[in-house]
Amino acid sequence: MPVDQSLVGRTFPPTEAYEVTEDRIRAFAEAVGASYDGSAAPPTFPIVLAFDAMNAFLEAEAIDLFRIVHGEQKFAYDRPVAVGDVLTASLTVASLRQIAGNDIIGTTSEITDASGTRVCATSATLVHRGAEA
Amino acid sequence: MTLETRTFTVTRADLVRYAGASGDHNPIHQDDEVARSVGLPGVIAHGMYTMALAARAVGDWFPGAEVVSLGCKFTNPVVVPAAGGVDVEVAGEAKEPDEDGLTTVSLTVTCEGQKVLGMPKAVIRA
Repeated sequence: MPVDQSLVGRTFPPTEAYEVTEDRIRAFAEAVGASYDGSAAPPTFPIVLAFDAMNAFLEAEAIDLFRIVHGEQKFAYDRPVAVGDVLTASLTVASLRQIAGNDIIGTTSEITDASGTRVCATSATLVHRGAEA
Repeated sequence: MTLETRTFTVTRADLVRYAGASGDHNPIHQDDEVARSVGLPGVIAHGMYTMALAARAVGDWFPGAEVVSLGCKFTNPVVVPAAGGVDVEVAGEAKEPDEDGLTTVSLTVTCEGQKVLGMPKAVIRA
């Protein structure tokens, strides 16, 4: 079933607060084979937040995760993520189009710290593969 | 300036570990049957895993540099075999820093001779 066109422009509620701990950064760094020296988190670490926001969006719209393939990802950092940050992400559906039975969903997510200051702006294109694919 | 190409081997075990650390448990990264059911050739690496490898290369080339932006398209899947692994190569070209001290690094990320990321690019403050 195609994704509802009226979603474009909608912003979903922020994700639950996520505390950045040294253990979480280290686990992520090690999972991508990087070493963690106790300073800034790896550049792709904010995907953890963006992914949470995406999951909440998919659940709200009853879209199956296994039909989603990542099409594009961008990060613009206001500052590196650091231990002690308490972050939330809120996702906006920026665009939606259908190509060859797939929905191409453009999203943006803002990741903010406990004071409400933006840490990172992300955008992702999600390809929702149609049931007949 | 041409940077020294980095090669990373990706295995299914890496994808399991990445799923745990990132929270991305999409079964297309674990289960051949599910992957094939949505038209993929088999289990593929998380696009974000490949992007993380690209970022790792940038970190190796410019230790301690702050990354200001990072982006790419996921143009071809990195198919990861059930046994052994597959190599992902990250090549890079750095421009001279601009007047704000920002260096643009254009990347080329390939797997089995095919580009897997579209226009991967990092901007760093070295």
